[in-house]
Amino acid sequence: MKKEELHELYKKLKDDAEHKVRLGEEKPRVLVGTATCGVAAGALKIRDDFQREIESKGLDVDVVEVGCMGHCYAEPLAVIAKPGYPPVCYGYLDDGLVHRLVEDFLGGDDPSYEYALAALERNDVFPTFEDFPRGIYEQKLILENCGFIDARNIESYIARDGYSALVKALSEKPGWVLDEVKNANLRGRGGAGFPAGIKWEACIKAGGSEKYVICNADEGDPGAFMDRSVLESDPHLVIEGMILCAYAIGAEKGYLYIRAEYPRAVSHVEAAIGQAREKGLLGSSILGSDFSFDLEVFQGSGAFVCGEATALINSMEGKMGMPESRPPRLASQGYRGKPTVLNNVKTFAYVPMIISRGADWFKGIGTEESPGTAVFSLVGKVNNTGLVEVPMGTTLRQLIYDVGDGLPNNREFKAVQIGGPSGGCLPEESLDVPIDFDSLHDAGAIMGSGGLVVMDQDDCMVSVSRYFLEFTQHESCGKCTFCRIGTKHLLDILTDITRGEGDSDTLQHLEELAEDVRDGSLCNLGKTAPNPVLTTLRYFRDEYKAHIEEGRCPALVCRDLILYYIEPPKCSKLCNVCVGSCPTEAIFTREDGLKEIDQEKCVKCDNCLKACPPEYNAIVKLSPPVLPPEKEKKTK
Amino acid sequence: MQLLEGEKEKILACVDEVLGSSSKKQEDLIPILQKVQAKLGYLPGLAMEKIAQGVAVPAADVYALATFYNQFRLNPPGKHQVKVCLGTACYMVGGDITLESFERRMEIKEGETSPDRLYSLERVACVGCCTMAPVVVVDEEVEGKVTPTRVDGIMLALQEENRKNENEKMSGQEAGEAE
Repeated sequence: MKKEELHELYKKLKDDAEHKVRLGEEKPRVLVGTATCGVAAGALKIRDDFQREIESKGLDVDVVEVGCMGHCYAEPLAVIAKPGYPPVCYGYLDDGLVHRLVEDFLGGDDPSYEYALAALERNDVFPTFEDFPRGIYEQKLILENCGFIDARNIESYIARDGYSALVKALSEKPGWVLDEVKNANLRGRGGAGFPAGIKWEACIKAGGSEKYVICNADEGDPGAFMDRSVLESDPHLVIEGMILCAYAIGAEKGYLYIRAEYPRAVSHVEAAIGQAREKGLLGSSILGSDFSFDLEVFQGSGAFVCGEATALINSMEGKMGMPESRPPRLASQGYRGKPTVLNNVKTFAYVPMIISRGADWFKGIGTEESPGTAVFSLVGKVNNTGLVEVPMGTTLRQLIYDVGDGLPNNREFKAVQIGGPSGGCLPEESLDVPIDFDSLHDAGAIMGSGGLVVMDQDDCMVSVSRYFLEFTQHESCGKCTFCRIGTKHLLDILTDITRGEGDSDTLQHLEELAEDVRDGSLCNLGKTAPNPVLTTLRYFRDEYKAHIEEGRCPALVCRDLILYYIEPPKCSKLCNVCVGSCPTEAIFTREDGLKEIDQEKCVKCDNCLKACPPEYNAIVKLSPPVLPPEKEKKTK
Repeated sequence: MQLLEGEKEKILACVDEVLGSSSKKQEDLIPILQKVQAKLGYLPGLAMEKIAQGVAVPAADVYALATFYNQFRLNPPGKHQVKVCLGTACYMVGGDITLESFERRMEIKEGETSPDRLYSLERVACVGCCTMAPVVVVDEEVEGKVTPTRVDGIMLALQEENRKNENEKMSGQEAGEAE
């Protein structure tokens, strides 16, 4: 097929899409962020509120659902785009604010800037997100469209030059696509950072006519939701990346392996596949060329280990998701025994832009060894939680303090956990480590899939590593003895430490066993499972020692090592709030009118401490759990 | 868990429908289990046996899959399903305390269904709204910043709803008898 015909065909698609999108933009529009995070915060109700208010005012305004803009801290969010005004983003929405925005802005001419977070386009009136520190460090590639386009409408993707990379690739040889991806040094975003181009090349060299492209969207890491957000907010970007990969390696069939726990991602991707087929962008003879490729969604059933490539393939073949030893690598013997390329969601998402803008452009972003950006879900004790994308090489300090705007309530930073259960906890000293695959590895953590949890003085490192071990122990598939039994013993030792049990050898045992589990496991689940333990032992050994030697939890978290106590001088006799707040009726009024906690009944739920009015602030946690001798009662 | 009246027939019919007429391979097992669970709410032993016959694999293989993957449940879901998120962010602000509070009030353990099948309690890895931690999903509603007091509130609301339903049913029956 001639280049001209191809371009002609795409031009028609694009003109059509642009026309439709422009028609929609002539009217005022309300874009409500309804990715899972938004829905959880009540975005669907906000959407309905907007619709109801608009209807009752008889206004001609479209309410459109878009994906995630990454500003999760301010959910539910909406953008109002009214001709004549810059598009403005509003956060922390409730029905009152919706009412006001519809009345004053959509119905009137007051954009109510006092409630706005930022504008989305440069203007003379109100700052944009780029004007905040976060905007200076952030560089959105993968997330560029997220939250701005209607994920369930292929036209809004095409109108933003979507699928133009595919057109460009189809007018070149498949080898050209491979060369671009190789030159760009695109490293796999699943965590390990293996160069995608080398994987693809191995798959081509494996020969044979039957090949598969699989997208790993089995994001099982607790606290990470980047892949889900991309699939929910911009599914066509990933689909286009997969088509490009298929063209490069000569595959005719591909699968997106998506967790069944992500129903919204599944439905958005399935809808997107259907629309791409209708437009001739998927299926047989794509855009009239002799290249055919089709996609299907496979719903993963929730097993963390299935993020491992060979386990994922086993699970697709209807077996238990247990890893196999490699080689043979998937590139030569993968799904159904055929050569297979398996990449993460984000890896595929970079491919269209590398093809459109060139390998050199991509290499200009980030660091030499790790070009491109890194996407993180920033959670925990940080002000601006949400989805962030920064160039590789940004330091952790910039990410937490500038992009994330620091810790709330002037809390003191203690550690940052990167890479989920396979990653590690890094202390204050490591904050100047640049974020890239190799530097993080040297510091003891891993890039991982991109979960980043900030912890402060109230978080106990022993309890955190116990939490991650509990997770990996539960998710261990049971194939390797060290992983199956070793993680169980690690968990038991950690549980003992949170109870203050252990002796002078305990920490050494813990360390040795952690190293053995690392060395004795086949796949990365077992190999990295001890990371949380090893890094916390390396950086926070004193905390472990306080638990064992003094029976004290410095962060006042481990419940066997603390007790709740009402300080008599501070307690107001006239207030009954704590009594009412206690779920086990452990708090009673003494004869002298003061409140006291029955330690036998107390379940240490923290409720009374939160309930006690700040002017009294009478309830404290004590560790080690020893009641102080009652002070002399105040005489009149 | 005891099968209710008429449940056996329902299970058999459901499995037949999912298996369909075309022959099935091992590769189809997980999607089959997903479909059956979507219809029945869980995977009863009887369904797993029937599926094993239909796909011509040992029943133990089906059971292995159903217990290996977190998505599958072997207990029927309660009328009210409570899922407590224990992702990293939720755990750090006391998600485990919330879970314990529900266990105390429902008098069942995590992963179980109450004998009257009114409540079931599960832990989930991450709901994905870490900013509202600790998070609980009650039926389909997400509740953020849940404290033990809020747990009591949620339980009271559910009990009230059950009582109302019960009353309606009773008065419906009475009305029926009166006719």
